[in-house]
Amino acid sequence: MAFSLSLPRLREPSVLPGFWPALGFTVSYLSLIVLIPLAALIARPWEHGGAEFLHTVTDPRVLASLRLSFGAAFLASAINLVMGLITAWALVRYDFPGRRLLDAAVDVPFALPTAVAGIALATLYAPNGWIGSLFAPLGVKIAYTPLGVLIALVAVGLPFIVRSVQPVLQDLDAEVEEAARTLGARRWQTIRQVILPAVAPALVTGFSLAFARAVGEYGSVIFIAGNMPMKSEIAPLLIIIELSQFNYAGAASVGLAMLILSFIALLAINIGQLLFLRRGKR
Amino acid sequence: MTDKKLNLNRRTLIAAAAGGAASLAAPAILRGQAQAAEPVTLLNVSYDPTRELYKAINIAFAKTWKGRTGQDVTINQSHGGSGAQARSVIDGLQADVVTLALAYDIDSIADRGLIAPNWPSRLPDKSTPYTSTIVFLVKKGNPLHIRDWADLIKPGVQVITPNPKTSGGARWNLLAAYAWALRQPGGNANSAKAYIGNLYKHVPVLDSGARGSTTTFAERGIGDVLLAWENEAYLSLAEFPGKFDIITPSISVLAEPPVAVVDKVVDKRGTRAVAEAYLNFLYTPQAQDIIAENHYRPRNAQSLAKYGAGFPKLPLADIDADFGGWRKAQATFFADGGLFDQIYKPG
Repeated sequence: MAFSLSLPRLREPSVLPGFWPALGFTVSYLSLIVLIPLAALIARPWEHGGAEFLHTVTDPRVLASLRLSFGAAFLASAINLVMGLITAWALVRYDFPGRRLLDAAVDVPFALPTAVAGIALATLYAPNGWIGSLFAPLGVKIAYTPLGVLIALVAVGLPFIVRSVQPVLQDLDAEVEEAARTLGARRWQTIRQVILPAVAPALVTGFSLAFARAVGEYGSVIFIAGNMPMKSEIAPLLIIIELSQFNYAGAASVGLAMLILSFIALLAINIGQLLFLRRGKR
Repeated sequence: MTDKKLNLNRRTLIAAAAGGAASLAAPAILRGQAQAAEPVTLLNVSYDPTRELYKAINIAFAKTWKGRTGQDVTINQSHGGSGAQARSVIDGLQADVVTLALAYDIDSIADRGLIAPNWPSRLPDKSTPYTSTIVFLVKKGNPLHIRDWADLIKPGVQVITPNPKTSGGARWNLLAAYAWALRQPGGNANSAKAYIGNLYKHVPVLDSGARGSTTTFAERGIGDVLLAWENEAYLSLAEFPGKFDIITPSISVLAEPPVAVVDKVVDKRGTRAVAEAYLNFLYTPQAQDIIAENHYRPRNAQSLAKYGAGFPKLPLADIDADFGGWRKAQATFFADGGLFDQIYKPG
């Protein structure tokens, strides 16, 4: 893959005609689906002035909820980075009975309404649930604490990592690993210097997707979080709370703050990826 | 055209969503009594725990209306958190009538011009055909000896109540607790606020609606006391026989869930006559009996006497007399920076 940092020419040569219709379609489609709703969100918080916006987003409770939403999303994606890679590896490299079934099960969180996932998790991890009752005697509470938020975000984020990494692993011939072995690489060296660089871009993509999804996740979290202000209240819930008070500007303020933070986080991830690729090419 | 009209009547919601309702509804004004035989639909947008109540009411009303006018009426129900339901109506949900948890939510709709501002005086009893109150649901045998509001803040007691920002029932819960604290010896605004702050320290989970809290308490086994609508508490007793007891505190609040016709919608759809008849029906002895059977407190004295055993008498704080009306209560307790926000201020 060639990466060019110079400005792209407006019209890339292609054997297929239709650059302008394709561009026109893309722009109008994106406008309808993404750009216009986002513009509306950005326009909304200012009806009571910039000071009010700042006042809203620096409220300790809003800050606590942003910290929880972004912190838990980052942590959950990091956990999924490791567990998802292992899962993808197992599904690609080994053949075992039930592999296809497991493979299909990875997608279940995509298909399930998030509320259903949330209720199922809350039932399992509540102090009287199957898993929760194992931890309760140890004094560990999972459901209705920030730990519950983390569990829900791990659950919704897993398929993003697995599905991003899987095709790359599939393309990576086992022979490459064998070649590394015959050239004298130790197991750890093979993983670190042969496999990881190859799957790194896919891992970053999966991480970004899982992170973005987890930051905005509402349905599955709300049933297991406990929703206590300053403790287990996620930012999307604060938006709903503002809306239920008919405070549209306040809701949009929290929304805009999330948008800005997400943008910064995703930008940082992408810059990190770019630097990593450059280093790899040296 | 005939086809289109039939379509409108049967599937009004879809037609309305498609935006075609306005043009197609024009002939509806002429309909009235003359074309009474044509079936009509109403949409009743209500709050969370009224599902069972309105299911029963709707059957009875359809029968009565058919007998009186010969017209078939189908009433569709929509349920959810009271505030969220009000917002849906404001945002364009074509509700013919709203039957919500508290007057403030209907006021909010009225503020946007969808309902005439004098709506509370259009029907008897401030447009609240039934009342309810807030009681405690505890585990069978009441192992922690919860008797009154004072017991809720004893060490180790956990209380389940939804978030008053999103749940109408939760607002009544908080007001009931506040009213009790205010009426204690030496009680004043400061001591009542301190009690509320203390009470919410005993709340481990804030669900967004009354049903969510009932689930958390009854099915997940979280907490020792559920603050619940009286009718919701009775439903839980029926749902989980032998697991829970209802405790009536020394003081509670007179919860008045009001009803109103949405003027803008019924005038557009030509359903005013049937919508008003529907709400008036709620005050008839027949409907009042159904209301009592569903554990709401009927306004009608005979119905109340008939089902009196389920409705213990207790002093009830009044939203207008004790709290200066819903608008004031909303601003004092639940708006941004109100009492509920203050008790969660860190430090």
